[in-house]
Amino acid sequence: MQFMLLFSRQGKLRLQKWYVPLSDKEKKKITRELVQTVLARKPKMCSFLEWRDLKVVYKRYASLYFCCAIEHQDNELITLEIIHRYVELLDKYFGSVCELDIIFNFEKAYFILDEFLLGGEPQETSKKTVLKAIEQADLLQENVDFQMRLFAGTVCESPNNPRCSVEH
Amino acid sequence: MPAVSKGDGMRGLAVFISDIRNCKSKEAEIKRINKELANIRSKFKGDKALDGYSKKKYVCKLLFIFLLGHDIDFGHMEAVNLLSSNKYTEKQIGYLFISVLVNSNSELIRLINNAIKNDLSSRNPTFMCLALHCIANVGSREMAEAFASEIPRILVAGDTMDSVKQSAALCLLRLYKTSPDLVLMGEWTSRVVHLLNDQHMGVVTAAISLITCLSQKNPDEFKTCVSLAVSRLSRIVSSASTDLQDYTYYFVPAPWLSCKLLRLLQCYPPPEDGAVKGRLVECLETILNKAQEPPKSKKVQHSNAKNAILFEAISLIIHYDSEPNLLVRACNQLGQFLQHRETNLRYLALESMCTLASSEFSHEAVKTHIETVINALKTERDVSVRQRAADLLYAMCDRSNAKQIVAEMLSYLETADYSIREEMVLKVAILAEKYAVDYSWYVDTILNLIRIAGDYVSEEVWYRVIQIVINRDDVQGYAAKTVFEALQAPACHENMVKVGGYILGEFGNLIAGDPRSSPLVQFNLLHSKFHLCSVPTRALLLSAYIKFINLFPETKATIQEVLRCDSQIRNSDVELQQRAVEYLKLSSIASTDVLATVLEEMPPFPERESSILAKLKKKKGPGAVSVPDLEDGKREGGELNGGGERGPDSAAMSASNASTPSPSADLLGMRSAAPMSAAPTSAGSLLVDVFSEAGPAAPSAAVNDDGFLRDLEPPTETSGLSSELQTPVDSPFNASSRRFVCKNNGVLFENQLLQIGIKSEYRQNLGRMYLFYGNKTSVQFASFTTTVSCPGELQSHILSILRATKPVEPVVEGGAQIQQVLNIECLTDFSEAPLLNIKFRYGGALQNLSLKLPVTINKFFQPTEMTSHDFFQRWKQLSQPQQEAQKIFKANHSMDTEVLKAKLLGLGTALLDDVDPNPENYVCAGVIQTKGQQVGCLLRLEPNGQAQMYRLTLRCSKDSVSLRLCELLAQQF
Repeated sequence: MQFMLLFSRQGKLRLQKWYVPLSDKEKKKITRELVQTVLARKPKMCSFLEWRDLKVVYKRYASLYFCCAIEHQDNELITLEIIHRYVELLDKYFGSVCELDIIFNFEKAYFILDEFLLGGEPQETSKKTVLKAIEQADLLQENVDFQMRLFAGTVCESPNNPRCSVEH
Repeated sequence: MPAVSKGDGMRGLAVFISDIRNCKSKEAEIKRINKELANIRSKFKGDKALDGYSKKKYVCKLLFIFLLGHDIDFGHMEAVNLLSSNKYTEKQIGYLFISVLVNSNSELIRLINNAIKNDLSSRNPTFMCLALHCIANVGSREMAEAFASEIPRILVAGDTMDSVKQSAALCLLRLYKTSPDLVLMGEWTSRVVHLLNDQHMGVVTAAISLITCLSQKNPDEFKTCVSLAVSRLSRIVSSASTDLQDYTYYFVPAPWLSCKLLRLLQCYPPPEDGAVKGRLVECLETILNKAQEPPKSKKVQHSNAKNAILFEAISLIIHYDSEPNLLVRACNQLGQFLQHRETNLRYLALESMCTLASSEFSHEAVKTHIETVINALKTERDVSVRQRAADLLYAMCDRSNAKQIVAEMLSYLETADYSIREEMVLKVAILAEKYAVDYSWYVDTILNLIRIAGDYVSEEVWYRVIQIVINRDDVQGYAAKTVFEALQAPACHENMVKVGGYILGEFGNLIAGDPRSSPLVQFNLLHSKFHLCSVPTRALLLSAYIKFINLFPETKATIQEVLRCDSQIRNSDVELQQRAVEYLKLSSIASTDVLATVLEEMPPFPERESSILAKLKKKKGPGAVSVPDLEDGKREGGELNGGGERGPDSAAMSASNASTPSPSADLLGMRSAAPMSAAPTSAGSLLVDVFSEAGPAAPSAAVNDDGFLRDLEPPTETSGLSSELQTPVDSPFNASSRRFVCKNNGVLFENQLLQIGIKSEYRQNLGRMYLFYGNKTSVQFASFTTTVSCPGELQSHILSILRATKPVEPVVEGGAQIQQVLNIECLTDFSEAPLLNIKFRYGGALQNLSLKLPVTINKFFQPTEMTSHDFFQRWKQLSQPQQEAQKIFKANHSMDTEVLKAKLLGLGTALLDDVDPNPENYVCAGVIQTKGQQVGCLLRLEPNGQAQMYRLTLRCSKDSVSLRLCELLAQQF
């Protein structure tokens, strides 16, 4: 996969992930062009289109479009399910996800994506495993906060400290 | 406020985001952002040290602002500081900022790499993963330099956690993609391949992307992955849907991994090991079977995942192209999708079938779906699906269905989306040409194409129809008639005018018998379009007009009138003006014979790859033109212009195909590559050539009709001489050199490869001969050498020096011409001719050619004027029997007075009037100049028109000369 874009029906970009090195100018140009192309398509049309020398796979979930650019030999249908799995992950994490969740917690959306896809390829397709990794990180924070509240003034010193890397 | 704020909610960030969202205008948003940027700047610069939480919050705000599309030029240092925080979320935000806003500041990079190094060696899996994610996200060369050697170690180490292995595998993949030279697998190769056997499905899923990429680049080193991949695939395919627990997606076991495994196998040929192959075929059959089973869920995710595997399996089956059963099964299953209610499946089925159509095993099976596909072309509401349908029709086209498919594509063109019209036009043109059995159909199709989508008909398309019409004489009449009819339309496309002008200019005579398309009607029809056309088209029409003057002398006055009018002859466009002036001059000066030669019908074009196909390939990129085109090209290739190379190459279309900006690449422009004119020149300079040759060769052009005109004709007599001819013809004079007894210029030799032109001039006992070697092919001749030899005693009689001021070039490029000059000195009289031997390599084969050079004793004649009295006195002086040579022979050529006179003048002697008492007879006198002596010669030719016989008598001061001249001349009349 070369990149993934999330944008709203109004064409506002909500998340962008680039797996190939491109200049900021190029990224903006691609985004503008692709958002326009996809928004112009009618609901019943197919989810795949040839765009430049890439294949674009997109799907709309409520007010949000998820759009991936893949290479020629890549599989369109499985990419469509990559999108779906990502939506499922967001949904499970936020609990019935909506566009606002992604706006206000954009950093979480990035973290979840990084657990699921890395370098444009699936890293972990198990929903449970991905969510476990994310929740673990959240717990880590809460745990640290908890510790800090318990032992005011003390700081967790070593990352190797077993109290910091709680196994769940 | 956010619906959910899990973990570490940052209240300040949420407030800021809300503010931005509440901005009513872009200006308000920018104002709010600038306020925030100023605030953050002051915080970062402030004396008070910020705590980790605040730093994280501000860095996060900067990130948000950047993602809104604004530039961020500070905060990098604070983000880097966060990397070394012990708090996970602070570190996480730091890494996120670095990943999104990569900065090339080298000091920063050093700090970042340091932080990553620390985390990688921390042995804390969560931190290690964060660091690996960052490397994978940035993927810069600096990072590759720092970590490319470390990561493989992490990947294969026994004690590495699974999640870290997964990140390491994909991190390495990213580095390999950006800096393959820095990622050296070497010793790790085998252990990486064995990750395919890993217990953890997540590890296999991540590793397979890496292995696939490495296998594509180094297939040999990784080929052990094939059997591992097959057994892994087999285990997945045969597992029950619950076996793989969370790796089962909507009842489909490990769909991502299955697709990746099938994709990996496509990097290799079918497994050689029978057992492995058997197992794989079993897997593929199972996949095809499962796709036919009733769905376990109505969810689209279930069918998508299942079909993703099916399509990938079909790709592998097509890649192997060796299992006819599987290919046909695949085709049938795809056939079911063609009418599926899911647009996505219809789209993919059309796409996949395109490749199936190229396999000989499944081509027929694909063809059975033609009606469905045509229906898709007509009814699909999505242009991208229609495009796929058009592609598939193109791919499944063969002789049996070509007419139907071309007709459907033509009718689709009328409503086709603008974006795909040009490609459609090319495809229709290619199919029409490739599968034309009957050429009137081909012509109809192309003209329809121009009528329906003229704007999208590129030059290549209309050039091609002209090439074909010119090469096929059975279609010329039909083409003329059809194009004439098409031009009747009140509004017709300019491309139609071009084709019409060209074809009527060449073949208008074929329909001129019908009073409805009489020459003048044709002309008026063409000329009615003239003023609406662009300059290049008008230039072409002017050339068509001059061709009309030749074809139909009765149009001459009308056309001259047109050419003469100010809008032509003083046209502001140089090209048009030049043509008008030259054509007008040509039509008024040149005799009908000259016109007939200059404006002769175009010779056939040499066979070459269709320029349209080349264009389509260029348009679609290499490899994108589906395979059957190429294969069919081989299988049925060249059938349209089956004649192969015939006649002289006139480089015509190649000049225009190169899309020279010059508009002269048409009718007469093409003639410019004709024999004697050197490099490709415009029509104008050809005319100059013609006249300049006429000049010195004979003072009066009218007399010269048998002379230079023949030079321009494609030589017919020489065509028998082919390149296989290794030795010169035994007869005293071979056909080609016989033609040069009475003339000095022309085509000496011509075959499919080579044309040799000759120009010579003689003075006293000296001569100079220019040889022009023209390469008619598009391939260069290598090791091109020429030698001139004088057989037998000729050596001492003639001194011919192959001193071409420089020797001939060893290489003659395709389409090029090189020149050689020979200096000749006549020492004493001679009867043999010097030999010219030419050797060169053409496409690896050595070509060897020997020719007689047309150097004959008469070339050294000096004409001698004398009175009747003097003539007969000399005649009597030369009365010894050996001095006279006489021959009585039948006329082989025209006995016309002017023709005979021209020949005798061409001989080099003076033609004496009022000498012979019988005015029917011809007498000539001249002196042959050799180095050592002068030989006086008298000639008398007595024609007998009734008997079609001649008596030729020669008396020379040297016996051998009389004999030789008599021999030479007897063949000329």
